[in-house]
Amino acid sequence: MATPTDEQIIDELGLRRERARSIYDHPNLIRAASVLCFLALWEVYGRRSDPLLLTYPTAVFWAAIQLIRTGELLRQAAVSLATLGVGFGVSIALGVGLGLLTGRSRVAEAVLDPHLNALYATPQVALTPLLMMWLGLGFAVKVVIIFLFAFFPILINTTSGVKNVSASLVEVGHAYLASERQILFKVVFPAALPFIMAGIRLAVGRALVGMVVAELFTAITGLGAMLTLYGNLFETAKMFVVIVVFGLLGVGLIRATQALETRMARWKETERANR
Amino acid sequence: MLEVRQLSKVFFEQNDPSKPGLVALYDVSFSVRKNEFVCLLGPSGCGKTTLIRVIAGLIQADRGEIRVDGKPVTAPGRDRCMVFQQFGLLPWRTVLGNVEFGLEIDGIPREQRREISRRYLELVGLHGFENYYPHQISGGMQQRVGIARALSKEPDILLMDEPFGAVDAQTREQLQEELLKIWSKTDTTVIFVTHSIDESVYLSDRVIVMQSRPGRIKEEVRVELPRPRWEGDVKADPRFAELRARIRESLRG
Repeated sequence: MATPTDEQIIDELGLRRERARSIYDHPNLIRAASVLCFLALWEVYGRRSDPLLLTYPTAVFWAAIQLIRTGELLRQAAVSLATLGVGFGVSIALGVGLGLLTGRSRVAEAVLDPHLNALYATPQVALTPLLMMWLGLGFAVKVVIIFLFAFFPILINTTSGVKNVSASLVEVGHAYLASERQILFKVVFPAALPFIMAGIRLAVGRALVGMVVAELFTAITGLGAMLTLYGNLFETAKMFVVIVVFGLLGVGLIRATQALETRMARWKETERANR
Repeated sequence: MLEVRQLSKVFFEQNDPSKPGLVALYDVSFSVRKNEFVCLLGPSGCGKTTLIRVIAGLIQADRGEIRVDGKPVTAPGRDRCMVFQQFGLLPWRTVLGNVEFGLEIDGIPREQRREISRRYLELVGLHGFENYYPHQISGGMQQRVGIARALSKEPDILLMDEPFGAVDAQTREQLQEELLKIWSKTDTTVIFVTHSIDESVYLSDRVIVMQSRPGRIKEEVRVELPRPRWEGDVKADPRFAELRARIRESLRG
């Protein structure tokens, strides 16, 4: 007689998979209920408070509709996203580039280390007034501020990722006659990629902070400028609209980088799952 | 075809000048004929791995030289290919991608290297595993990938640094047998580092017994067992036992 399959044995023993029945199996329902409760309490409390200081969810909702209708919200968001995109793009390019360089070359590291450490240790906000003197209040200054916020996590992670690449893999490259360039792009970079992606994920949040800081300081265009404007006008509901947009932007960007991270470093994910 | 002449190698502790240097190899000379299978056998610390790495061109000797077909070599070359103890597979590449690596470095077009890689994967018995990642397959299979990658470059000399040291005993025997079969089909010269007496006798034409401090050659033992050795039970042959005893004696004394 043939050996019975796992299913046959499970049948024979009269076992079956337990169905999920408890409320703990639906965490998303709990989450949704929690958020609704919070909004309801806020609505009740907010309606009873001074409208100059606090607003309430439905008011924020109608303010949002109004800002979208006039096109103001989307226009300012577009400006903000453009600066964010450029600043973040430059951060990735320079962070990964310099990280590969300092990770591979001890001379380059010794040359750049003092400057990068000094710049990193200085709170970047402190540089903002100076940068405004140099670059004015336009696009350039915002890009530079975003860059200063986002650049370091990418650089630091790339450098340590490159240093973590096992010497034996580099040796395999040498044994197969790879040139320095091939070793960099076919061995070192892919091996460091999970580190680099983690750095990029950290940098996204900081880039967003940089964007808000830059726009609050310059206060001419962008979502941050809207925040300043409606703050001065005591239109609390509209301020909340901007804050909610910032929040959504943050969540969206972090989700997007997480998705990208999983995609780019899939081997690492499955490797982890196997352990 | 391969000549090692009066090779010496000393390692100095880089961070601690007060420590004396360690003589890893001292005055090592031997030669290997074309199509020969030679084992470097010795206890850990006898310099056998250093020796094969010098032959591979991964590290430089301090004295002496290595010649392949009369030409001195000091760097890795396409005439020699290395199979690593810890496999040395790139974890982000699939099985197929790993075999392709060496060919890719050589600039062989994609379609062609695919085809060559598939052929060598078939040769090592990994047909159907092309799209797996290294961590999804067993250690024995990973080393087959390493062997396929080395063979795909069609080297004159295959250098193997304790290639089966990291796999379990059963897989090890199986891999030894398959290695002999593959070797008999090609005209590759093999230099194989091991610390297993049985492995060295079973595989090779000649065992070079090494000893440590300083790392040097103790003696060379010819293995004149009939080939093919995978048919019947060579290990039960009285000559096998004799060789094993003799080499064990040599390692002790």
